[in-house]
Amino acid sequence: MDWDVLIENVMNALAAGAIIGCIYGLMCVGLGLIFGVMKVINFAQGELLMLGMYVSLYLVANWGVLAFLGPYVGPFVGAMLAGPVVFVGGMLLHRFVIAQVSGLRTAGSLDDGHFGQLIVTLGVSLILQNGGLMLFGSTPRNVLTPLSSRAFEIGPVVGDATLFLNKARLIACAISLVTAAALYWLLEHTKLGKALRAAADNPTAATYMGIDVDRAYRIAFGIGSGVTAVAGGLIATYLAFTPFVGFDYVIIMYSGVVLGGMGSILGAFWGGLTVGFVQQCSALILPPQLQNAAIFVVFLLIIMLRPQGLFGRSAERA
Amino acid sequence: MRPGAAPRLRRDRLTLAIVIAAYLGISLLVSNSYFQLMMTLVPIWAVMGLSWNLFSGYSGMTSFGHAAFFGIGAYTVTLTLVHWSLTPWVGIPLGMLLAAGAAFLIGMPTFRLRGHYFALSMLAYPLAIMYIMEYLGFQEVSIPMHSQHPVFYLQFTDPRLFTVLAVALLAVALLISIAAENSRFGLALLAIRQNELAAEAAGIDARRWKMRGLVASGAMAAAAGGLYACVLLVVTPDSVFGMLVSAQALVVTLFGGVATVWGPVIGAAVLIPLAESLNAELGNYFPGIQGVVYGLAIIVIIRLAPEGLFWSIRDRWFRPVPQQIPPAHAAAPPPRKADSGTLLQVKDLSRAFGGLRAVDDVSFSVQAGEILGIIGPNGAGKTTLFNLLNGVIGADGGTATLAGESLLGRKVHQVCRMGIGRTFQVVRSFPRLSVLDNVIVGGYGAGLSDEVAIATAQAALARVGLSAQACDVAGRLTNRQLRLMELARALAGQPRILLLDETLAGLGRDECDDVLAVLQRLRAEGMTIVIIEHTMHAMLRIADHFVVLDHGRVLASGKPRDVVEQDAVIEAYLGKKFLARVHA
Repeated sequence: MDWDVLIENVMNALAAGAIIGCIYGLMCVGLGLIFGVMKVINFAQGELLMLGMYVSLYLVANWGVLAFLGPYVGPFVGAMLAGPVVFVGGMLLHRFVIAQVSGLRTAGSLDDGHFGQLIVTLGVSLILQNGGLMLFGSTPRNVLTPLSSRAFEIGPVVGDATLFLNKARLIACAISLVTAAALYWLLEHTKLGKALRAAADNPTAATYMGIDVDRAYRIAFGIGSGVTAVAGGLIATYLAFTPFVGFDYVIIMYSGVVLGGMGSILGAFWGGLTVGFVQQCSALILPPQLQNAAIFVVFLLIIMLRPQGLFGRSAERA
Repeated sequence: MRPGAAPRLRRDRLTLAIVIAAYLGISLLVSNSYFQLMMTLVPIWAVMGLSWNLFSGYSGMTSFGHAAFFGIGAYTVTLTLVHWSLTPWVGIPLGMLLAAGAAFLIGMPTFRLRGHYFALSMLAYPLAIMYIMEYLGFQEVSIPMHSQHPVFYLQFTDPRLFTVLAVALLAVALLISIAAENSRFGLALLAIRQNELAAEAAGIDARRWKMRGLVASGAMAAAAGGLYACVLLVVTPDSVFGMLVSAQALVVTLFGGVATVWGPVIGAAVLIPLAESLNAELGNYFPGIQGVVYGLAIIVIIRLAPEGLFWSIRDRWFRPVPQQIPPAHAAAPPPRKADSGTLLQVKDLSRAFGGLRAVDDVSFSVQAGEILGIIGPNGAGKTTLFNLLNGVIGADGGTATLAGESLLGRKVHQVCRMGIGRTFQVVRSFPRLSVLDNVIVGGYGAGLSDEVAIATAQAALARVGLSAQACDVAGRLTNRQLRLMELARALAGQPRILLLDETLAGLGRDECDDVLAVLQRLRAEGMTIVIIEHTMHAMLRIADHFVVLDHGRVLASGKPRDVVEQDAVIEAYLGKKFLARVHA
């Protein structure tokens, strides 16, 4: 292979990995918050991502509420607005379904009620997927922006090798970083964040300290849903989707969160970034069908070497 | 067999015979081929659910990856039939063998993970295999027709024969599951689910039992997958390795009831026809509505019956009457010959956590038949010392020997089998098991046969005075009874020495006297005991020697009366000021 071509390919794969990785990172942060605070495996997280995509689509295209912003700004504002909309949806979902099988209600029961949570979130996932099919139809859609077919050209950097940065993805990456940073600030520097961390650490003790743990869980679930929905809206600007898209992403999300280590928001972001890198870089050497297999192989390797994840800590007292 | 298993076993087998006969009777009447397919799929998914239940249901380690085994079974049958014209009668067992091997390979690294990490990592295996199968070009493989040899190639023209075959497979899977549930296999996995460290400290080799569970479960799933391929005649990576296959196993089991053989059967019998008929009735008119209804049905029923239909029905109408356990047939083995001389020898034992030297050059020895009290303020390293001795954590340096044999570098269950019985600072019981079962785990841990383990457990309960509570569920006991039960569990393991970690903690004065009396009785029988305790006056009553720890070091040791008068000990316990006042 030509040397310049090789350099160009590697360079672009790394750049794409970093950019996609940041969006994955945001997606994982949403799940990481729910997983870390509530210790609930939420199989419906992929469907929350899907909802984010469709909320953005309806705001921008179908209802045209955001049409006045034009095709350059509209899709990104739509993605960001999907956050609060799905946040409310997530709160309701938690209040009426998830809370019934999790939180203080099941703390201390055998396996902390994990089996019940699994089956309920699987049921929610089925309902949202198929409800989505009924409401939105099965035709692949996307939130079009002309930016998704344009790129910044940087270079030639080395020899003839040029770096191409897709504009839509670059903006999506920037929004992801800002959103993730805002969430981090919220958790670390506000009273609400402190309450959420306390509820995560020891729900019973948090109750004694006057924290409404059920409310804290509801907010965490809402924020986690909203953040993942923003990521969904961002992905929608460069990729076509159907109501069944969540399935592909829920696995990526769990890989990222487990890689980063449960309960660590920063870790979840790094985990998502790692998955993005592996996915994009494996394209250099593997046929496309094996790219997803590569994610799982790397995932298994890392988790075998560090069973508590990259950023997690393990602690058990005898 | 576990205590009281015989009547249950008889009842379960009778139910099995009736259910199978009724099912076959109904299926012979169905002539519509679509309904017949449904009648075949119900037992196949029930077997898949049983397979999942055999491992995850009893052990509590959720596997999202059972599709890996199902798919291996399905693809083995299909590919061997396509390429070598191999009969499924050989193909299915071959698939089971391969799946068992795969389960072993998957279990080896994955059992290092716990809880959610284990569950989610299992997800990666079938999906990785699925993508690889797609890459290898096995997107859609059809089974070639061999209509001239229907029995040899399992290609019947009458679909009712498939139902008979599927039901036969279900019967075998049920018999295996019933046997497993009532054996030490079931008890070991249940104990691991409820408290893994306690099971290991009672001598149960948790890793090995889990591995056995996963391998058996993998083989069973492969059998279901193999038959599924024969029935549907075509396999795709998504239909046998896909996420929905793992989810199906999980859903039918959780819906029907976890950790009971009937759960997966009930779940499959309700859910498979429900899903199929929804698809047929509603799917064409309004795509998607069948999934919504199915999802709602699952959620509503799980809200009404959180632990699955079986348990709710049983608790509502068939609550079992607490049965009296018949006296043991076998005699408990005679207690070990009393040791003599120095039994436990600890020398320069050390362990640091980062910069904190939790146990620092600790040396002491325990004579056979004595009670050694280990005292010291909080954070002195007492529990860490026990954790080092019974293998929960590794030592940085030093030696520890039991009658000349080194304790270090062994796993928890191995140390137990060498003769170290241990109790924990916070009681570690198996709350859902009966008191007797809790103690039997200790007997199994010592490698006793079923009959002897039951007899030993009953004898151990008598020794601590808990015989009357033998049939109660451990979760209902008082703190004192729990402490005694944990002691009995340690005794059932035929220990040479007991390590008791704050056995008196949280007990009232009378309760304390009660437990002390038991300990004194044990010593009179020749038992050697090392006990950690805070309560000084209790220790003065029973201990022959004291070892005082502070900041990981041995501060003093010797006769109790001498030790408590040493200045260093008073200072560690009561502070410098107090000491100054004593001397003033």
